[in-house]
Amino acid sequence: MLTVLLDGLAAGMLLFVLSVGLSVTLGLMNFVNLAHGAFGMAGGYLCVVLLNRLGLPFLACLLAAALCTGLLGLALERLLYRRLYGRDHLEQVLFSIGLVFIAGAAVDWLMGARQQLITLPPWLSGRVELGGVGLGVYRLFLIAVCTGLLLALHLGLVRTRFGSRLRAAVDDAVVARGLGIPVERLFAVTFALGSGLAGLGGALGVEVLGLDPTFPLKYMVYFLIVVAVGGANTVIGPFLAAILLGLVDVAGKYYLPQFGAFGIYTAMVALLILRPQGLLARAAAR
Amino acid sequence: MQARVTRRAALGAGAAALIAPALAAPALAQGRPARIGLILPMTGPFASTGRQVEAAVRLYLRQRGESFGGRRLEILLRDDTGTAPEVTRRLAQELVVRDKVQALAGFGLTPLAFAAAPVATEAKLPMVVMAAATSAIVQRSPFILRTSFTLPQVTAPIAEWALRERVQTAATLVADYAPGLDAERVFKARFTGGGGRVPLELRTPLRNPDYAPFLQRVRDAKPEALFIFVPSGEGAAVMKQFAERGLAEAGVRLIGTGDVVDDDLLNDMGRPALGAVTSHHYSAAHDSPENKAYVQGFIAANPGMRPNFMSVGGWDGMQLIAEALQATGGGEGEALLAAMKGRSWTSPRGPITIDAETRDIVQDVYIRRVEERDGQLWNIEFDRLPAMRDPGT
Amino acid sequence: MRPALEAGFWLLALSGFWLMPEQLPLLGQAAIAALFVLSLDLLVGYAGVLTLGHAAFFGLGAYGAGLLAQQGWGEPLSGLLAAALLAGLLGLLTAPLVLRGGDLPALMVTLGLSLMLGEAANKLPGLTGGADGLLGVEIWPVLGLFRFDLHGRTAFLYALAVLFLLFLLARRITASPFGLALRGIRGNARRMPALGTPVRRRLVAAYALSAAYAGIAGALLAQTTQFVSLDALSFQRSAEGLLMLVLGGLGALYGAMLGAIVFTLAHHLLSEMSPLFWQFWIGLALVGLALAGRGGLLGLGAALLGRRA
Repeated sequence: MLTVLLDGLAAGMLLFVLSVGLSVTLGLMNFVNLAHGAFGMAGGYLCVVLLNRLGLPFLACLLAAALCTGLLGLALERLLYRRLYGRDHLEQVLFSIGLVFIAGAAVDWLMGARQQLITLPPWLSGRVELGGVGLGVYRLFLIAVCTGLLLALHLGLVRTRFGSRLRAAVDDAVVARGLGIPVERLFAVTFALGSGLAGLGGALGVEVLGLDPTFPLKYMVYFLIVVAVGGANTVIGPFLAAILLGLVDVAGKYYLPQFGAFGIYTAMVALLILRPQGLLARAAAR
Repeated sequence: MQARVTRRAALGAGAAALIAPALAAPALAQGRPARIGLILPMTGPFASTGRQVEAAVRLYLRQRGESFGGRRLEILLRDDTGTAPEVTRRLAQELVVRDKVQALAGFGLTPLAFAAAPVATEAKLPMVVMAAATSAIVQRSPFILRTSFTLPQVTAPIAEWALRERVQTAATLVADYAPGLDAERVFKARFTGGGGRVPLELRTPLRNPDYAPFLQRVRDAKPEALFIFVPSGEGAAVMKQFAERGLAEAGVRLIGTGDVVDDDLLNDMGRPALGAVTSHHYSAAHDSPENKAYVQGFIAANPGMRPNFMSVGGWDGMQLIAEALQATGGGEGEALLAAMKGRSWTSPRGPITIDAETRDIVQDVYIRRVEERDGQLWNIEFDRLPAMRDPGT
Repeated sequence: MRPALEAGFWLLALSGFWLMPEQLPLLGQAAIAALFVLSLDLLVGYAGVLTLGHAAFFGLGAYGAGLLAQQGWGEPLSGLLAAALLAGLLGLLTAPLVLRGGDLPALMVTLGLSLMLGEAANKLPGLTGGADGLLGVEIWPVLGLFRFDLHGRTAFLYALAVLFLLFLLARRITASPFGLALRGIRGNARRMPALGTPVRRRLVAAYALSAAYAGIAGALLAQTTQFVSLDALSFQRSAEGLLMLVLGGLGALYGAMLGAIVFTLAHHLLSEMSPLFWQFWIGLALVGLALAGRGGLLGLGAALLGRRA
């Protein structure tokens, strides 16, 4: 029972790190970026290459994966994404799906189509017994890292100048611009941050989610569910949604395997029908 | 009349062969290349299967030459993405109608082979299944032959082995599609038939599986062994979770068909795979001169890849086509099919026969254990069941 | 669109029968894709309701027609009708759930519903064959005369004829007061009630209509390939349909069909030339088009024509 809970929590945390960037781009820039998973994939492959080919320590690989995908995100934002702000949502879909295709084929060309595997350092593998319950060390590590990230993000958003500007821009970009907030630059930095987080999530997820060139398409549905259920402009909303998704998913597979993924989809549809604006929507305000 | 005949000889041999293969004399076919339509998942979730088979097919042509029975073999490779049977069917139709192929080959997954079967029947062309492994496939068309394996064929031996090892309870974990259900049914029948008990039967979704919750259930049920079948390429994920959940420490032995310890990924699985016992028809470590040459050639031509059981299906598929072409002097259609039936040869995996009646493969099945040799992991064979047939459904 | 151009479009489509006699299976599937995208256009382009789950209707139609044939009734035209009714009914039932919120909830609810249906089909192997697909679909000759052949001749003409008839119907509908009301709703949903338009009822009707169209497209695929698999219900199919629609141009029936045809043919050509990396080129084309064009291929074409004139 406790193991199932913990597994669900770990899965949810990972999902949160992978998709929080997507919800920010959607909320802040009103941009439907279906290529978000491609950044996760980039982070994953970077981690694999650094770890397996160059033999760097695992933590360094994680850091490098996050930084590099963040920079990649920044570059793409400046070069391409910027041009599509304010366009029709469906054109953004066209564009970002195109990016997914390109990324998948490029990775396939560079690394081949097969599953990529990593070997975790000894201190992260195996399991510990706590009060008679066995817990995977890596899952505990995931939960710790992701909790840290959540706190950092939340505090960053609430306490810092950058955070308050960001919130202002999310609420009303036009007024924010009028107040002299550099919305453009804010966009770029936020986009880079979101991509970097996705990269980190991808790197963390190699061990749990697997990694091959179909990664962005495979998990796109999950990211979308998190964003839709969580609401598109907070950090806490997607977090709760991701945890919920992880728990329902894992528990469903454990207790009712014969129903497959039915549980998640039903839960999502029901939630969306009851709360169309997301879990923590400021309901009647708009 | 005379003019018509010459024109037909010069131009229309292909069309004639299509409409009435029996009329197309080998003399007409001589000299024209024999085209093989190779339909495989080259992209998408099952791309690794396609890559392995294709690599083996290319290797065959490089090592054995390209001409057989006076005709040069031409391979037309098509990608069906592994998940879209209607695309497989359309590609098969096109290869027959437009490209006028002499045989269809490939077929990575069961539904894809099912969808293409009527095309082979209608076109009266041999269809060589190089990968898909559900028992029932060969019954879908009298033109289908198989050079891969069937799940019942490789599942029965491991059940018997487990009984001999005095394992009394075994859980099963299979992917939820036809081959998986084949494996589950056969394992259960053999194992319980020999006095064993199957306390837990789990089925994982074919797409996007996460094995952790399933393996946790196995751990909680505490069987003496866990029988696993998952599609090629998925084995590593299971193995990781098997280790992380500490199933080995909990006294659960890992047994299964060889799919789970796929040679292509085995090295990356690392220590958790050590000691896993599986039954299968091919191991890259199979000790024979044919296999040594095969593995060497394969690795030289495809750095970073190790040939797995999918590749050997592709290799033997080519052998079947090549031998039949040779025997018929470049024959086509039903003549080619007839020459394929009942053929035997020594494959890298060992001696194999394409049964003349069922058109299915008869081959030795081996019991193997994962061991480390020279810093690499291999499936080392330690027992052999000669000339296994598909035990049927 | 000008009548001459229109006639040209359909004549060109029909001439494929003689010009590309060896590619008819492909052209037939392009026609089916065109019908599917047409149905999406009715919903997304005209009524302005976003969906990521249109494959639900496509797949339901496919399984409906397939099961009917499998159970011994292989008459194709009644199969289409049954599929249309089935899918339309599902549309009617689910419309209230979809039409509650804004764009994002609509996208996700449709997606969720289609995923649920897909999972249901996967978990009912006794009925649908599960992941192995529906076997034993035997279709009788069209009108009792034309057998489905290996060359795909019957399949192509049959699909094209159905597409043409349903296109004519769609054109009638979009030009009718009902169609105009839909455009009005898309333009400004708040003001339409003031004009006396029952917004909700119109949208529900559009949703059901579009669902029925998609169901027919699915049935066509099932009948021409005599096989149905879970792929018919997949998210990929919904997404690809949307892609083709945006590619061709939203809110124009010809744009929808053009997008489907161009995408299908390009996909085919590229994957034949480069079976391993065709996705790269498709992706590049999509990105380029999104960056350059407004209004998809049709918009691009109109811009080019306009510049020359």
